Amino acid sequence: MRRRTPAGVVVLAIAAVVFVGLPLVGLALSVPWSDLPALLTAPEVATALGLSLAASLSATAISLVLGVPAAWVFATTRFRGRSVARGVVLLPVVLPPVVGGAALLFTLGRTGVLGGPLYDLSGLVLPFSFAGVVVAVTFVALPFVVLTMEAAFRSIDPGFIGAAETLGASPWTVFRRVSLPLVRSSLGAATLLAWARAFGEFGATVTFAGNLPGRTQTLPLAVFVALESDRRAAVAISLVMVVVALAVLVGLRDRWWRT
Amino acid sequence: MVRLASLVVAAALLVGCGSGGDRVTVSAASSLAVVFGEMEAAFEAEHPGVDVVLNLGGSSSLAAQISAGADVDVFATADAAHLRGIATGTPFATNDMVVATPRGNPGGLAGIADFSDPALFLGLCAVGVPCGDLAREALHSAGIDPTIDTEEPDVRSLVTKLLAGELDGGIVYRTDLPGLTGIEIPPEHRTTARYEVAALTSEGEPFTAFVLSDAGRSILRAHGFGTP
Repeated sequence: MRRRTPAGVVVLAIAAVVFVGLPLVGLALSVPWSDLPALLTAPEVATALGLSLAASLSATAISLVLGVPAAWVFATTRFRGRSVARGVVLLPVVLPPVVGGAALLFTLGRTGVLGGPLYDLSGLVLPFSFAGVVVAVTFVALPFVVLTMEAAFRSIDPGFIGAAETLGASPWTVFRRVSLPLVRSSLGAATLLAWARAFGEFGATVTFAGNLPGRTQTLPLAVFVALESDRRAAVAISLVMVVVALAVLVGLRDRWWRT
Repeated sequence: MVRLASLVVAAALLVGCGSGGDRVTVSAASSLAVVFGEMEAAFEAEHPGVDVVLNLGGSSSLAAQISAGADVDVFATADAAHLRGIATGTPFATNDMVVATPRGNPGGLAGIADFSDPALFLGLCAVGVPCGDLAREALHSAGIDPTIDTEEPDVRSLVTKLLAGELDGGIVYRTDLPGLTGIEIPPEHRTTARYEVAALTSEGEPFTAFVLSDAGRSILRAHGFGTP
């Protein structure tokens, strides 16, 4: 059934889309279209795109593995310090990414509190490595999974859980066979949000993992560095990011988020 | 994208400067932040009623703001190339490139030649950033093909990783050395940033003269800059 929408709401909705869309139009207008093929086939662009995809997908997977259980615990159990624990996990949403990157550097760096012993024991160094990029990107993406999934788990009718338990299902079975299927669409949304945040991540990555083409340089870093040296290349790479992100957000939204 | 941002900043500056004639807007390279802060205080003490407003940023984006019409009275840049087509600048400060290590040099660098040692964690500023171009020029002059681990977007983030001890060495400005250990680059390979200043309006002339005065020069030298 179609409802009438108040005109004021429509105007504000249009304003929202225009506000975000206008800079993208500005970007599109500054794209050097005739040189675009040459700019985009530069090997650094493909390298950075590959690195961005690998890092953002790895970070999304880790965020789901760690974030869904965390959300489940926050939504279903009560324990001392829960709000503090939840606050800590959600902090990267509010924290400037550069601060997060610096915190990672001081903790997991070669001379860091945890990174120091790790280096002494295994010779493993996270900064300036691809693993470091994944760590930095996961740090900022994980809270989006927790945030989305906690709300989803809370919205489950406790009657379903109770019924499953009455029928003899173990807590693990309830989680896997009842709760997870009920929040499937939220799981899609959480995956998408975490991936989108990971794909666009800049500040934590450059602060913790540095910037080296082929090792740690993701697309956002490539754009930022190119802005100083070759603005046309920067605009071209930005266009790649917009197209990839838009394709994923538009293409998967209807499939995963029931609208 | 930068152009759009520059326009917004330019618009903000235009609005901000509409109010009074006693305000002097100084656009200065971010590496001058501390020293120009001191210049501002000293100049304002000498000229009561004049308000110096510092607009700090990367030299290239400051130049873009001015080209976009920002109401700027004085422009001080780390690279004279940015003044081209805007005004004729006067050299007022120099800043040598030096090899920097965390305090105490834990990686044991002997000098610029170690920048080809793959076992060390080494960083430079990215190509296109003045500190990155000057560092590469010095390495090239010394015939060194560097094996670096990171190309930092600006000198501050390079200094942060050196201060944190995550990098064994980097090439930075002499004025970045507080808290770090410096190793001189041999004079025949050393490169130097040359800062220039220009008054873009008549209101900007007194401040420009102050920067070039003996008082201005002694402030610069106190912060590790060279003066021509």
